[in-house]
Amino acid sequence: MSQPSVLYDAPGPRTRRMTAIVSVVTTLLLVAGAYLLVYRPLAEDGQFTMERWGPLIDPSNESFSLLWRRLGDGFAANFTAAAYAIVASLVAGTALAVLRIQLKELVHRRFTGLASPLSYLLRGLVWVLNVVSRFFLEVFRGVPVVITILFVWLGFPELGLSFRNVMWYLVIGLTIYNGVVIGEILRSGMEGLPFGQQEAARSIGLSPFQTTRLVLLPQSYRIMLPALISQLVVVLKDTSLGFIILYPEIMRTTTLAVQILDNPIQLYFVVGLIFVAVNFALSKLAEYVQHRLARSRRAPTAAATRTGAGGTELETEAVVGTTT
Amino acid sequence: MSVLVEHYDVFLSGLWVTLQISLLSAIGALIIGTIVAVMRISPIPPLRWFGTMYVTLFRNAPLTVIMFFTAFALPVIGVTGNFLKIPGLSSIFVRLGTDLPYFRLAIIALSVYTAAFVCEAIRSGVNAVSPGQSEAGRSLGLTFAQNLRYVVLPQAWKAAIVPLGSVIIAMIKNSALAGIFGVTGDLTSEGQRMISALGQSAVPTFIGIAAGFLVLTMPLGYLLDRLEKQRAVTR
Repeated sequence: MSQPSVLYDAPGPRTRRMTAIVSVVTTLLLVAGAYLLVYRPLAEDGQFTMERWGPLIDPSNESFSLLWRRLGDGFAANFTAAAYAIVASLVAGTALAVLRIQLKELVHRRFTGLASPLSYLLRGLVWVLNVVSRFFLEVFRGVPVVITILFVWLGFPELGLSFRNVMWYLVIGLTIYNGVVIGEILRSGMEGLPFGQQEAARSIGLSPFQTTRLVLLPQSYRIMLPALISQLVVVLKDTSLGFIILYPEIMRTTTLAVQILDNPIQLYFVVGLIFVAVNFALSKLAEYVQHRLARSRRAPTAAATRTGAGGTELETEAVVGTTT
Repeated sequence: MSVLVEHYDVFLSGLWVTLQISLLSAIGALIIGTIVAVMRISPIPPLRWFGTMYVTLFRNAPLTVIMFFTAFALPVIGVTGNFLKIPGLSSIFVRLGTDLPYFRLAIIALSVYTAAFVCEAIRSGVNAVSPGQSEAGRSLGLTFAQNLRYVVLPQAWKAAIVPLGSVIIAMIKNSALAGIFGVTGDLTSEGQRMISALGQSAVPTFIGIAAGFLVLTMPLGYLLDRLEKQRAVTR
C-alpha cells in the first residue's frame, strides 16, 4: 500500500504475493464485468456506431461544428449563471453571517443608557430580527434548491417581480440557497475562532462591528476557503437545474440536440464527463488550498489560530459532506 | 392560502411518495456506499482504483446529468430497474412493482449518486481513527476481524455518523428532482400539477411543498446537531 493505513500492517513478502495475485484476479473480474454488463449490451444496441458518436468526435461530420458550438454556448450559459450566483451568494452569505453574529451579541444587551421605552423597543426589534433571520435560514436551508428555483420562477412574477431574462430566476434561486449555506459556513468559521481573538480586539477598543469586520471575518474567510471552494462546485453543478425553468444552459441544449441526433447516451455521457473534469479540477484546488492552509498553520506566526483551526477542520469536513 | 386547506390530502400523499423515494434511496445509497468504501480502503489496488473512480465520477457530475442518463438512456438499452421488483418490498412500496419504471430509475439514480458521498463519509470516519489504535489492537493479538469489530469500527462510526446524516439530508432534498423526471405523485410533481393544471396560486403551494420537505429534513438536522454537541463533549 502506498499510504499507511489504519487497518493493515505493513505487508510482508507473503502478503505482497497474495495482493499481487488477488489484484490480477480482480482486474480480470472487473474487465470481464465491464465487458459483459456494460460493453456487450451497449454494442448489441448499436451504441458504438459512428452514426451515434460521429457528431461528437468526428470533425468531418456535418453536425460536428454546430453541435459543439451549441454545447459551448450551453456551458457558457452555465458558467455565467454560476459566476453571478457565486458572487451574489458570497455577498449575501457575508451579510447574513455578520448579521447573525451581531444579533447574537445584541440579544444579551439591555440598552441601559437609553430611556426605558426606547430600550424595550430596541430589545424587541433585536429579538424579532433574530427570530426572522433564524427562520429564513432554517427554511431555505431545509428546502431543496430545485423547489427554491421553481418558487422564484413561478412565485416572483405573482408577487410582481419579473425579469425578461430567465437567467435571473436561476441566479436568485441559487443565491437564496447558497447564500444561506455560505452564511452558515462563515458563521461557524467565526465561532470556531478562539475567544481570545475577540477579547484582544475589544481590549484595543474596537466596537463589536469593527471586531467582526477587521478580526473575525478575514480569519473566517481564510479558514473556510476550502469549504467555500467546494460550495463553488455545488453552485456549478446546480446551474444545470436551469433546464427546468427553460434557461438555455447545457442540459437544455443537450436535450434539444438529442431530439435531432437521437444519441442520448453519447451526449449525456460527454456532457457529464466535461462537468466531472471541471468540478474535479475545482475540488483539487480546494484540497490544495486546504493543504497549504494546514501547512502555514504549523508555522509559528499562526500558532494563535491553531486551536480554532482544529475545531473548524471538522466543520469543514461536515460542510464538504453536505455539499450536494 | 386556501389551497393548503382544500388540497391538504394532495400534499400528504406527495409527502408519502417523497418519503418512499427517500427511504428506498437511502437504503440503496448506504449499501452501495459501504461497498465502495470497503473497496477504497481495501489492500487491493485495482479495487481501490475502481472505488476512487466511482467517487470521482459520481461526486463531480451533477445529479441532473445522472437523472437524465437513467431516465432517458438506460431504457434505451433495456434497463428498467426490474431487479428492484423485490417481492416483499414491492408490496409495501407499491410503486416499485408497477410498469412505470421512472420510480425505480429515480431510486437508482439517487442511490448511485448519493453512494459516492456515503463512501466518503465512511472513509473519513475510518481515517479519523488514529493508526495507533489498531496497532495497539494488533499487538494485543486481536485478529483482523476482532480489530475491526472492537477497535476500529466503533470509533469510525462515531466520526462518520454526523457526515453520514448530512449526506442523507442532502439526499432527501435531492429527491425533489425525481418529480421533474417523470415520477408522479411526489411533492414536486404534485405542486407543479397544482399550479399549472389546477391553476392554484404559486406562493401558498410552495409553502405547502416547503413544509413537506422541512418535515422530513428538520428533525434529522436537529438530531444531528444534538449528536454533534454530544460528541464534542465526549471527545
